[in-house]
Amino acid sequence: MVATALAIVCLDDLFAVVMLAGIYSLLSACFFVDLDAVDVAFTEASVGAGISTLLMLASLKLVKRYEDKSRYKPLLALGVVTVTGALLIYGTLDMPHFGDPGAPVHHHVADRYIEKSMGEIGVPNIVTSILAAYRGYDTLGETCVIFTAGIGVMSLLMVSRRTREESRKKVPADMSQQVILRIVAKMMIPFILIFALYVQFHGDYGPGGGFQAGVIFAAGIILYTMLFGLGVAQKVFSPEVIKLLTAFGVLVYAGVGMTCIFLGGNFLDYNVLAHDPVHGQHLGILLIELGVGTTVAAVMTTIFFEFTWRTVKHRYK
Amino acid sequence: MNILGLYNYWIVVILILIGFYIVIAHENLIKKLVGLTIFQTAVFFFYISVGKIKGATAPILNDSLQVYSNPLPHCLILTAIVVGISTTALGLALVVRIQEAYGSIEEHELHAQDNNDQLESQLEAYGTRKQFNIMKRT
Repeated sequence: MVATALAIVCLDDLFAVVMLAGIYSLLSACFFVDLDAVDVAFTEASVGAGISTLLMLASLKLVKRYEDKSRYKPLLALGVVTVTGALLIYGTLDMPHFGDPGAPVHHHVADRYIEKSMGEIGVPNIVTSILAAYRGYDTLGETCVIFTAGIGVMSLLMVSRRTREESRKKVPADMSQQVILRIVAKMMIPFILIFALYVQFHGDYGPGGGFQAGVIFAAGIILYTMLFGLGVAQKVFSPEVIKLLTAFGVLVYAGVGMTCIFLGGNFLDYNVLAHDPVHGQHLGILLIELGVGTTVAAVMTTIFFEFTWRTVKHRYK
Repeated sequence: MNILGLYNYWIVVILILIGFYIVIAHENLIKKLVGLTIFQTAVFFFYISVGKIKGATAPILNDSLQVYSNPLPHCLILTAIVVGISTTALGLALVVRIQEAYGSIEEHELHAQDNNDQLESQLEAYGTRKQFNIMKRT
């Protein structure tokens, strides 16, 4: 991984840099599995290696491919970096050892989560129960951040309606000649979408959940868009509906919180949602994961559509 | 005290430094974003490696298992990754707009254009034509 990162420093071909960044993400996903963080690895593999590489490539299409190194002054930067590094290394000397079960981080709330979450929430995947139930406020905030980022990208890259309508008929898929790719993708896309739904609803029992499912679902849509062209894809996944879904996900999440208040509990206190607190927790987690998944999938798709429209606009200006 | 037990932090430090170096030494905006991503991933590693316990398994409850790694950092990083990609997308959108407005994404060229614009507008407001030509030459 360090080697990949170093190669990123040295190369000036941005295409290679982006590809290496994808490899770097995939390697880090493998490391996360090794460190027992299966949920994180799942997310990193789908987000870092998939969507982020795609977005970088889409924006590379709009800028120059090679980096200009004429004004490259490494010495001062190297000095700053060395000093920071020395300080950081000095700071690590007091840290607990790797894998030490006595480290302070394992002895505050973590014990309680591991021991009691089965009885209180009834969900085997502790990460899901923390994410959706114990730290529900936090996740609501993060969903809002994603929603805001989606709006930001839309407002920065929104192209005029006229460009869209003029080019709607003209935009051919770049890969329409690739028969094998198209057929294989046609067979794969339903499975990708079903897998996304599986990840969405199985997140309580195994690794997975709204964030990962949303990204995988968006990946399926993006694959379709790449192979069959933007015009066709937007007939299937109408951009207006997707924009509504972006807000709908956040609303579902916050709505579940408000329902809990109306039923006599606290905000996002799922115990009151059903007769049995554990059932209530199940229902609440299912609903808010659905909200998260909807928002993430819709935002990722919107961002991709906006980037692609930008390239279309440049080509047919 | 055995210092080698701290190797996970050193890997994190090296990765952070590489990311930091790219951000401050390179002029190209896309490369800077890649650098930020590396920096970000290094921080993720820090959290996850802190949560690891030797001999433990992934935090999915099962009757036959006793020791689990700490699930709290996993949960924090999971959301951080997705938030990270949306902020990166926002950054890329800004880069695309900068490219359209300036025709370049190299930092020094942007600065040069900005300075030039400022000079021209100031001279337009206060200076004479002659001064303008002199300033332009220097």
